Amino acid sequence: MIREADAIVVGGGLHGCSAALQLALRGLRVVVLERRHVGRHASGINAGGVRTLGRDLAEVPLSVLGMAYWHRLSELVGDDGGFTPCGQVKVAETHDELAGLEKRALAVRSLGMEHERVIDGDELRRRVPAIASHCVGAMVVDGDGAADPYRATSAFAARARSAGAQILEGEGVVGLERQPGGWLVVGERGRYRAPVVVNAAGAWAGRMASLAGDEFPLKTRASMMLVTERMPPFVEPVVGSVGRALSFKQSSAGTVIIGGGQQGRADLDREQAWVNVANLARSARAAAALFPVIRQARIVRSWCGIEAETPDRIPIIDHSPRAPGIVHVFGFSGHGFQLGPVCGVAVADLVTRGSTTLPIAPFSARRFAAAAKAA
Amino acid sequence: MSDRPFDLVVIGGGPAGLAAASQARQLGLSVALVDEQPAPGGQIYRAVERAEAEGRATALGEDYRHGLGLVRAFHECGATLFASHQAWQVEPGGRVFATDGKASRLIEGRRVLVAVGAIERPVPIRGWTLPGVMSVGAAQILHKTIGLVPDAGVWIAGSGPLTLHFAAEIVAAGGRIAGILDTAHGRLPETALRHLGGVVRGWRYVARGLGYLARLRMADVRRVSGVENVEALGEGRVERVRWRSGGQWQEAPASGLLLHEGVVPNTHMTMAIGCAHDWDEAQKCFRPRTDRFGMTDVEAILVAGDCGSIGGARVAECRGRLAALGAAASLGVISAAERDRLAGPVEAEVSAHGALRGFLDDLYAPAAELCVPPDDVMVCRCEGITAGRIREAASLGCRGPNQVKSFTRCGMGPCQGRMCGPTVTATLAAALGMTPQEVGAFRIRPPLKPLRLGELAALADAEAGE
Repeated sequence: MIREADAIVVGGGLHGCSAALQLALRGLRVVVLERRHVGRHASGINAGGVRTLGRDLAEVPLSVLGMAYWHRLSELVGDDGGFTPCGQVKVAETHDELAGLEKRALAVRSLGMEHERVIDGDELRRRVPAIASHCVGAMVVDGDGAADPYRATSAFAARARSAGAQILEGEGVVGLERQPGGWLVVGERGRYRAPVVVNAAGAWAGRMASLAGDEFPLKTRASMMLVTERMPPFVEPVVGSVGRALSFKQSSAGTVIIGGGQQGRADLDREQAWVNVANLARSARAAAALFPVIRQARIVRSWCGIEAETPDRIPIIDHSPRAPGIVHVFGFSGHGFQLGPVCGVAVADLVTRGSTTLPIAPFSARRFAAAAKAA
Repeated sequence: MSDRPFDLVVIGGGPAGLAAASQARQLGLSVALVDEQPAPGGQIYRAVERAEAEGRATALGEDYRHGLGLVRAFHECGATLFASHQAWQVEPGGRVFATDGKASRLIEGRRVLVAVGAIERPVPIRGWTLPGVMSVGAAQILHKTIGLVPDAGVWIAGSGPLTLHFAAEIVAAGGRIAGILDTAHGRLPETALRHLGGVVRGWRYVARGLGYLARLRMADVRRVSGVENVEALGEGRVERVRWRSGGQWQEAPASGLLLHEGVVPNTHMTMAIGCAHDWDEAQKCFRPRTDRFGMTDVEAILVAGDCGSIGGARVAECRGRLAALGAAASLGVISAAERDRLAGPVEAEVSAHGALRGFLDDLYAPAAELCVPPDDVMVCRCEGITAGRIREAASLGCRGPNQVKSFTRCGMGPCQGRMCGPTVTATLAAALGMTPQEVGAFRIRPPLKPLRLGELAALADAEAGE
């Protein structure tokens, strides 16, 4: 038996669930096919940073618009996803780095946005008293913050379900066939048909795109994170660094989560990723350089989240260039969590209206046309 | 950053690891042994050299003194010992990361033998988190290392050879205990009859067990059999112990309560490496899948001793030797034929020492309520998660321990689910009507041992030339 739907979403991560929710709210019959369980990979286990600060200029407009959804997440999904607007801080350790931040702030202001602000060393120490004494200043965004990734993703899934979307967990996609007026999606357990298929398959989105005839030059990221034991509260905002790959955040439970993009090793076939200790040690060293107090903290666990990366490290949010009815939303390259809520709206626009007024022009699927092979 | 690569890196200095190191050296392999204790011996022969030097080893029993021979042979074999080093990560291919508590180092092996022994099965009863309640194994460590003897108000509750062994050890050391609450529900004569062959072949072990019982009777230690539903009660610490036997609830004052329900393989390391594991229904635990030489399905990684399958010290010693043969053959140092020739007598010894295993598994199988505790009982002490919360997560759609972890934080604490893992798997399996194999286990992530961030950063400090 073939199950009919108005839209099929492949991937039960934050982007898939967010798209499913927006489509269901517009009255579409939506089926989400998730090979394992909701939030199993990057969506459920990322560092949880909700950040407009320091983004690629192409992402800034969408990211800034997207922030509104986080501040009103309870209204949207009935739960705040653990979001706290604790602010984000990007630290400069030298005057050169600080000058770079000033230049960056100007560039963002020239786009007409004022959210990023540069502060001096005194202000930095007032906000982050535990910061190493050599730090000279920082860039801050006050409305940014952090959320609980698994909780947020689960909240989107739950709300999508209550809006009528069917989320089928344990259903992996093995085939895709073009049919008159739509697509037949072949799952491990069942078959599904709809005019539109949304590819939100995360690390595996390249494989999904291939099934539709689109080839993108993607790599797989396996960004590592570690978490320490609980410590007394000593840092409020999420702290990053100009010169080091680092994101540093103390959770409400008191544990400290350290990420920043150091890479482990991923295996897409086995759906697993492994920590690379030498690289993880670099994260630890970076954290200790900015927060000397953290050297004494015990590490509880380390892990990797896997994700697709594009050559220019910004996502693809677009119709397929050659497969009508396929909408791609992937390739967030390790920083797609904050964009999840707003991208659901963009995808729903693409599906229901064919286009969107949201600023997603830079995320065209055609920009890799030169590298893509003909279908 | 790295020491020279060894042919074989052995992790764990108990009987399996010591025997493997000596055997591998005899075959001409270069060997490193990484052990977290200051001196080799493992749990079973912990501090055996010091105990001998201080004249306490004999009181601890002939079995304990057997370890001296192993330790002495190891010291003479020419292996490099990394004592007081905790191995906290093993990468497939043979990279072992270990810390001495100040800095981490990389120890590379062409083969790595995981010989990290057993851990005590969790005993989630009502009140087990109260101060004054600890495991028999922990109490035994205190006794073996600093000679601490429990006071006369301490009860021992549980089953398995270790409870009797430890009680007899305490009596021999001149100590007193309030009594033993024996929770074994297999009945001795019937179980013995069912495993008659094994009991006859393993008569030395049976005789030893009966010897413990005789010694305890002579010392007039109170022993209650057929005990169920042990509970620790008290305000702020254990003050009373309550149990049911013969359908009657009973209660007694207690200054402490020592729990033990047998041991299970310590699979944290092999799970973190990614070795395949199977559920062992007889021993109610997961164990790594291996061939007869302890080779796992992951290249270069071998397993020996109780972390592979519970067999006791003498079996572990044999398995260590077999693994050394397997490693040597896989490195091309000896031929497969030579390996098999040398393995023959060792395997015969395994079968002799292991004869009693079926009987013990049957006699001391843990009670169902301990594997799958009632709703109000604490399962994850680190995060304060009860069995009821796990069932609630199951009813909300969680199909495995890792989802339960994301949902409830169960197993997210510093012990990484070492204490609660088996209980979570069993409780979830029961709630979902699935087998433990289907439900699976917590994914284990490095570090396998508590590691300070500075100890990890040291690896990068060295690289940056600091």
